[in-house]
Amino acid sequence: MSFDKTIQRFLLVLIVLLALSPFIPQWALFMLTITGANGLVVLGLMLFLRAGLISFGQALFFCAGAYTTGLLSLTLNVREMSLLVLASGLVSGLLAYLLGFLMAKYRGIFFGLLSLAFSMILYGLLVKTEALGSTDGFNVPAVTIFGWVPGKELVRVAVLGMAFLVIILSVAFVQSILKGPRGMLLTAIRDNEIRAEYMGASARRTVHLFYVIAGVLAGFGGSVAAVAVGHIDPAMAFWTTSGEFIFITILGGVGSVVAPFLGAMVFGIIHTVAFSYSPNTWQMVIGLTLIFVILVLPNGLWSLRDKFRKNKP
Amino acid sequence: MKFKLALVAGLLSGMAVTAVQAQADNSINVGIVTFLSGPAASPFGVPARNAAELLISEFNAGTAPAPYNNKGFGGSPLKMTLIDEAGNSTAVVTEFRNLVQRDKVDLIVGYISSGNCLAITPVAEELKTVTFLFDCGTPRIFEDGKKDFVFRAVNHATADSVGAARYLKAQKPTIKNFGGINQNYAWGQDSWNDFSAAMKVLYPSIQITTSQMPKLFAGQYSAEISALMASKSEVVHTSFWGGDMEAFILQSSPRGLYKNSDVVLVAGETAMFRLADRIPDGTIIGARGPYGVLAPDTPLNRWFQEKFTARYNVPPNYTAYQMANSLLAAKLGYEKAMAANGGKKPTSDQIAAATRGIEYEGFGGKHKFSLGNGHQAVSETAYGRAKKVDGKMTLVDVVRFPAEQVMPPNGVKSADWIAGGMKTK
Amino acid sequence: MIDQIMMVLVDGINYSAWLFLAAVGLTLIYGVMKIVNVAHGSFYALGAYVAASVMGAWVAYDLPPALSYVALFVSALVAGFIVGPLVERLILRYQYEKDEVVILLITYALFLVLEDVLKLIWGVDPYFIIEPYAYLGNFEIAGMSYPNYYLLMLGLAIAVGIVLTFVLKKTNFGRLLVSVIHDREISAAMGIDVSKIFVLTFGVGCALAGIAGAFTAPTTSVTPGMGVEVIVLSFAVVVTGGLGSLPGVALAAIIMGIVRAFCIHYIPQLELFVIFSVMALVLAFRPRGLFSLAEARKI
Repeated sequence: MSFDKTIQRFLLVLIVLLALSPFIPQWALFMLTITGANGLVVLGLMLFLRAGLISFGQALFFCAGAYTTGLLSLTLNVREMSLLVLASGLVSGLLAYLLGFLMAKYRGIFFGLLSLAFSMILYGLLVKTEALGSTDGFNVPAVTIFGWVPGKELVRVAVLGMAFLVIILSVAFVQSILKGPRGMLLTAIRDNEIRAEYMGASARRTVHLFYVIAGVLAGFGGSVAAVAVGHIDPAMAFWTTSGEFIFITILGGVGSVVAPFLGAMVFGIIHTVAFSYSPNTWQMVIGLTLIFVILVLPNGLWSLRDKFRKNKP
Repeated sequence: MKFKLALVAGLLSGMAVTAVQAQADNSINVGIVTFLSGPAASPFGVPARNAAELLISEFNAGTAPAPYNNKGFGGSPLKMTLIDEAGNSTAVVTEFRNLVQRDKVDLIVGYISSGNCLAITPVAEELKTVTFLFDCGTPRIFEDGKKDFVFRAVNHATADSVGAARYLKAQKPTIKNFGGINQNYAWGQDSWNDFSAAMKVLYPSIQITTSQMPKLFAGQYSAEISALMASKSEVVHTSFWGGDMEAFILQSSPRGLYKNSDVVLVAGETAMFRLADRIPDGTIIGARGPYGVLAPDTPLNRWFQEKFTARYNVPPNYTAYQMANSLLAAKLGYEKAMAANGGKKPTSDQIAAATRGIEYEGFGGKHKFSLGNGHQAVSETAYGRAKKVDGKMTLVDVVRFPAEQVMPPNGVKSADWIAGGMKTK
Repeated sequence: MIDQIMMVLVDGINYSAWLFLAAVGLTLIYGVMKIVNVAHGSFYALGAYVAASVMGAWVAYDLPPALSYVALFVSALVAGFIVGPLVERLILRYQYEKDEVVILLITYALFLVLEDVLKLIWGVDPYFIIEPYAYLGNFEIAGMSYPNYYLLMLGLAIAVGIVLTFVLKKTNFGRLLVSVIHDREISAAMGIDVSKIFVLTFGVGCALAGIAGAFTAPTTSVTPGMGVEVIVLSFAVVVTGGLGSLPGVALAAIIMGIVRAFCIHYIPQLELFVIFSVMALVLAFRPRGLFSLAEARKI
């Protein structure tokens, strides 16, 4: 597998981050980790958006991944982060596989709202389960990175590094899929599903496949978030969490696999700026920003790149 | 290339904008975190914010009554950094970390939601930041292991449930059955479980008629009220708060629920004035502690009531009391640490060590940090019955319960204590 | 036994009436404009707040309580008809060519903005307008006392349903609406002023949400965040009934109301999932909801 330019750039960013880490403030490292987690979920959503589908319930898999990590950590004493992330992706993927049989039949707004229903059902189940703490949730103990227990100063960097590793592998995988025939099918399904089927492709199976991929990615994201934040609760499956993911998807745009992470980062900055400077009206700030972005940059922030490109001779 | 440069420049400046100027002077930056949006803002978050603003401005002016009359904390002026508690736990933890590591606050007083309290407690311990959880009810904070930097200056939820049960026992020696309606989430579930367990201890042969658990923020309770009325319960327990409680009162009182059953509003104090006309006389009301009208009449209490009412046109409710008391405790702890440090700015370890185990005279009476290794405070609690006197809402038949009767002893988990008979040593 | 059934029915129908009123505006807007209006909850809250202010003045000036219901209705109608079209003209109008999802996001952003705007205008303290609720007295059925206000809500729901059905089926304007619902482009090609229809529909939809809020306000406290719950509930009802279908939303409301009342009386632990489980169940067997609009397939 040859390393394409995007992967090379990601690796470069990782190495630079690790090298500069003593100079980066801890709170920034934390925010970058959360950016990474959100970006993973949105990577999956971006795939859907290319097919013209939007899932309003992606938080379902995010939450499932987080709870898998938390439960494995607490009950089976699994502390190794790579295992936790892997297991979470697996569980979310399995869930996506099962639900996909139903979901792959729907398109448009119904796809979105049915996925919303499932995420709210999970939310209800978790709230009802007092053994899991209901809405209080529970804390996730500290993790090991490939067996190494990071010292207090290095925990943030270590978790970020691991998150980055997951991101690079995921991005590489998604890139390779997008370049292949399946990836092309996504856009074909959005443009005209019936013609795509006349060509012999199965729209349902493609959507099912990408539903599982997005589910796995969201599971990874949930696991990373659970480890970084150290706490999980049912609100991770609530519709407002899905709303945030969709916000980031549109903010970033669908132009490239980098877009979700860019969107997640900008969202993180907007969120914290709104909280710091207008604690009493932060919702309005975020809402106005979203409107602004949609009106001015309907294809997301990534479309700015093309605008810059055009200026080059 | 240009795009990448622009991108990096944009992101870096974005991060820079978020970094607030660090305090170079000797002022003390207090982080205040409470709900400023959503349904919890009106009954809890905003009254708490108001109490914080009031106390901090009074502290800075040096006009609080003794022993709180030093300016600021030990002479250093206070600065308040206010954050909304809203958002999921990721957002809450992110903002907590930002408060400590980016905005460099010296200590934090906040958190209403038990979920948020549980999420930020390990972070507060990790970042070694003195944090006073001022409202959340879960007993788990200090029962799940030793804490060094997290404190709670007021009772936790066990006192509310056990207090309600004891009040009923004091008023009615025998009760055949009881029912409940509680919001189906951690607070409602825990309140109901603790109350039921306490009732079983005090009335060994009591029966539960029905436990209604509607969704949080449901707002429409007609079916639940029908079920409660059909169950013919002698007592109805509810830990409803805010808008849900007010909707429940408005929808149940015209239907006669209060005629047939003794209704206990565990968190009723926040609505007792606004809904005075709708709350029938005799309804049992709690204030999660000796707060609001249940506060003993001391000069300190009168000062708080007058100042708050003058500034905000409404009397302070129990959440305002909880925030104010947490700030009193923070002030005492800080000043004690400062004195022990020769008048210099104390470290978090020193503040924590100084606060551990202290007793303070708060609004509503004495509070002592006697549980959780000196991190969890206890105080007496009180319940009363609503009665309108000359059109004004008051509480009569007030019974006070000392801390030992409503909070577990040091080292004993709440659930175990209740199951074991709520013995007072 | 009969008593039990009566109780479940009364409670169920009461909740159904509320669900219908809350959701009907959403389905109307979707049916005509193909917009999922996430800000629906904010208009609901707006109606409640405006009603609170108007009723506050009504009581203060000692105006006749019997007419207060008319005041509630008119004030909500006006509020929805002012703010709705304003929002539509200023922002939504430029987005109709875009993807459904983008418009949905704009309405989500609007919801965020309106939440804070309502907070800025009316503050965070709760408002109570209990007088209309208490004024009507009670009725007794199956040994249980219910407020006559329930009958008012039921009557309002039925009236709204009848008026909307009448408008859609019997009036010229209704026929234009149906035409736009089926195909926007052809309607425009036929000379229908789609733009005007959109503004009117959005106004009506928001006004309906406002009316639901206004008539719910006397039964509860009007506080920030009261619109949030309504959004998700309305979606569930509308999608179950079939997006854009009026009889659909009515039937879905009835089913959900009664199933929920049944749950509460007999299996209270399940109440948390009832609404979404019914929605998922219906969608699993009828992917487009109970009644779906006939859509011509485009090759």
